[in-house]
Amino acid sequence: MESQEQIVECYHCGEICETTVIPFDNKPFCCEGCKTVYEILSSNNLCEYYSIDNNPGIKNDKGFEEQFAYLENNDIQKQLLTFTDGKTSKVIFHLPKIHCSSCIWLLENLGRLNRGVLASEVNFAKKEITVSFKNEIVSLRQLAELLASIGYEPNINMASSGKDKPNAIPKSLYYKIGIAGFCFGNIMLLSFPEYLTDNNNIIGEYAQLFTYLNLVLALPVFFYCSTDYFQSAYKSLKHGVVNIDFPISLGIIILFARSAFEILSQTGAGYMDSLAGLLFFLLIGKWFQTKTYEALSFERDYRSYFPLAVLKKVGKTETPTPVNQIKIGDILKIRNQEIIPTDSILSSTAASIDYSFVTGESTPVYVEKGAFVYAGGKQVGNSIEVIVEKEVSQSYLTQLWNKRDEQDDTSLITTITDNASKYFTFAILGIALITGIYWYLVAPSLVFSTVTAVLIVACPCALALALPFALGNSIRILGKRFFYAKNTNAVENLAAIDTIVFDKTGTLTDSSNVKVNYHGKELSEEELSYIKSIAEHSTHPLSRAIYSSLKAQTYKTDSVEEIPGKGLSGVVNGNTIKIGSIRFVGEDAQAKQRSSEVYIQINGETYGAYQIERPYRTGISNLIGQLKYREMEIHILSGDNESEKELLQQLFSQRENLNFNCSPIDKLNYIKRLQEQGKKVLMVGDGLNDAGALGQSDVGIAVSDDVNSFAPACDVIMDVKKLPELFQFIDFAKNSIKVVKASFVLSIFYNTVGVAFAVQGLLTPVIAAILMPLSSISVVAFVTLATNLISRKNNRQYIIPRQRRLSDKQEKETVTKVTIPA
Amino acid sequence: MSVIFILIGASLTVAIIFLLAFLWAVKNGQYDDSYTPSVRMLFESGTPKTEKEDTNGTVNKKA
Repeated sequence: MESQEQIVECYHCGEICETTVIPFDNKPFCCEGCKTVYEILSSNNLCEYYSIDNNPGIKNDKGFEEQFAYLENNDIQKQLLTFTDGKTSKVIFHLPKIHCSSCIWLLENLGRLNRGVLASEVNFAKKEITVSFKNEIVSLRQLAELLASIGYEPNINMASSGKDKPNAIPKSLYYKIGIAGFCFGNIMLLSFPEYLTDNNNIIGEYAQLFTYLNLVLALPVFFYCSTDYFQSAYKSLKHGVVNIDFPISLGIIILFARSAFEILSQTGAGYMDSLAGLLFFLLIGKWFQTKTYEALSFERDYRSYFPLAVLKKVGKTETPTPVNQIKIGDILKIRNQEIIPTDSILSSTAASIDYSFVTGESTPVYVEKGAFVYAGGKQVGNSIEVIVEKEVSQSYLTQLWNKRDEQDDTSLITTITDNASKYFTFAILGIALITGIYWYLVAPSLVFSTVTAVLIVACPCALALALPFALGNSIRILGKRFFYAKNTNAVENLAAIDTIVFDKTGTLTDSSNVKVNYHGKELSEEELSYIKSIAEHSTHPLSRAIYSSLKAQTYKTDSVEEIPGKGLSGVVNGNTIKIGSIRFVGEDAQAKQRSSEVYIQINGETYGAYQIERPYRTGISNLIGQLKYREMEIHILSGDNESEKELLQQLFSQRENLNFNCSPIDKLNYIKRLQEQGKKVLMVGDGLNDAGALGQSDVGIAVSDDVNSFAPACDVIMDVKKLPELFQFIDFAKNSIKVVKASFVLSIFYNTVGVAFAVQGLLTPVIAAILMPLSSISVVAFVTLATNLISRKNNRQYIIPRQRRLSDKQEKETVTKVTIPA
Repeated sequence: MSVIFILIGASLTVAIIFLLAFLWAVKNGQYDDSYTPSVRMLFESGTPKTEKEDTNGTVNKKA
């Protein structure tokens, strides 16, 4: 073990080998898992994997013995397989660990690891692999185990059995754009002679042919490409709302009807070129608006967290059973690190359950036989047995989701464009009416042509394009800064926010950056090794924190015993080691113990304690200052106790807005109360325990260390490192909305010019053909340039606080003094 | 001038062929994944696959 002195990188995963180096094949490995993967790959001649990208390997430290046993169940196979004929089958797995080009290479060469694999194809953006395999050579379970054995553990849950992805762009939109573009180009070409000539010269004899061809080409535009707008307008009218699609639909219908009438009655050339152009631009706007992040899912509900199957015990036999077939009274076996799928009663003697999914609190709860255990809890330790009390769809956690869903259906999203178009529509109808009356009195034969001309030219295509392009571009800009908005509505709502609610644990505090400090009698290198050897045996977060903080080597241990909620004891090299709470080591329990302290006892003598700290994220106080400067109301919701109330008061100085001991339902109701006061609420949270609140709030932001891995349903997924920039993001959204409003002014100007022609009866096809694309393109260009400009300005603003190193340092100093209970 | 009928007919036919090609490409899923193929084409062909039976539409597209 002399190599401890120099830094050795693992050949497989590239991590620095901290304690032991396992040499194999003249290459260093940090753990048995990495070595095993290398062995598999090298024995199959797949070492090219290591030469494509740097350190592509994934640390593989988990066993999976029985984990995929449930894949042998026929019902589950039926849910997962996208195709099967009994001999060959096809399955799509979601592999969250795909991250580089080496991954693609290895996974697409899966056939060389197992000859039962016929073909495998990776979709990198979705982090998915499609595998076709021969059933008689390899089973679905073996396939999942094969993937797990090389480090790509498939993520299989209840949601993966639903096969479609809701947030993908529908293919029909591409069809419509293609068809509209085709028709637009050809109609333009056929209309061109019309623009340039006076109708009576050489093309005269062909003019009629051209207009009929235009009519034919306009049919698919009107009957296929426009359908979305008609449907949307009809739907909103049924709800008594006038949205932007109503004046658009009106314009399209009038445009088509008048042009068809002119062509068929041979009184004119019609405006089919404008119609096709309008639809083409509108559809492109629609496509631009729906920027999707394929690897992210904003619609995750409880099903994404729950396993697909669970072990059901009937008599002595254990069979994997799909979760949705569990009935009240069934006995389930829950193994270490498995999630309890539904509310149940514990029938084993004891269990320690990690409710971090539900409450955000990661310290496991110790429960005894007969206790009620809630769905979403994770068993830590030995296998336990539970008796089902409620069906999956009725459990406490599931109810929280369902409650939210009911509310979602009733709310109709109205955008700023819809609000503007309400006035716009009535103004246009008014002008059309006045024009009609005027011409009826002056020259009745011109009523039809002038009224339709007004309605055609007033079709608010520029208005309708402003929002999709401005906010679509904003989403892309924000996405580059690791702020992934679900849709343009999220950006729009973000701009209107006046109240911000933060979740504390995991959001404001950093649970990954744990600091471990020791105080007490000094420990020798040997003694540190004993402690590490003992700590290795526990999955408790405090033990893990101590284990990973110690650099010493580990020894073989005997008679290790873990008493959940108390501590751990064992024998190393003949020394009895106890680590745990103050009571556990038998010290005076009167001394006030902070929950994040772990006491150490060696051979009956108490040496001291490890104190585990979870500091606040850097930059938080800066952010709070900025938000307060803009007079945003700030609230904190915490699932923890009040132990750090004072510290938070220092940070926020708004006493009345700190709330402790909040359950998920409390959080949801808190947001609801704020909304009832007329506030626009932004919720920032991380775990499933915030899911209800995230859904209820006007904008829910889920922060995550790895945006691809874990986020509840929300409007925005954000890299947690970017949290200090939250203020900039809000500011940017506000400015984007200002750009949209400015472009409304621009488009209304164009409409006024058009209407000025139309009321006088001067709207010729040429003017329409120039005015419509001109207004659309200039509005699109304006909003795109303007949003890019404000983004650059916004970015520059952010650099200033970063350069103030001093304040950052001060902040860090105050942070380290603070201890946060685990 | 009557040649214009042929010309228009020809130009529309060509345009329709391209439209159909676009629709086919969308339907075939060529716009589903715009990243992976760009990486895949850079890999060595390596050892050829032995099985070339029915692969249910997911034939390996390596050159």
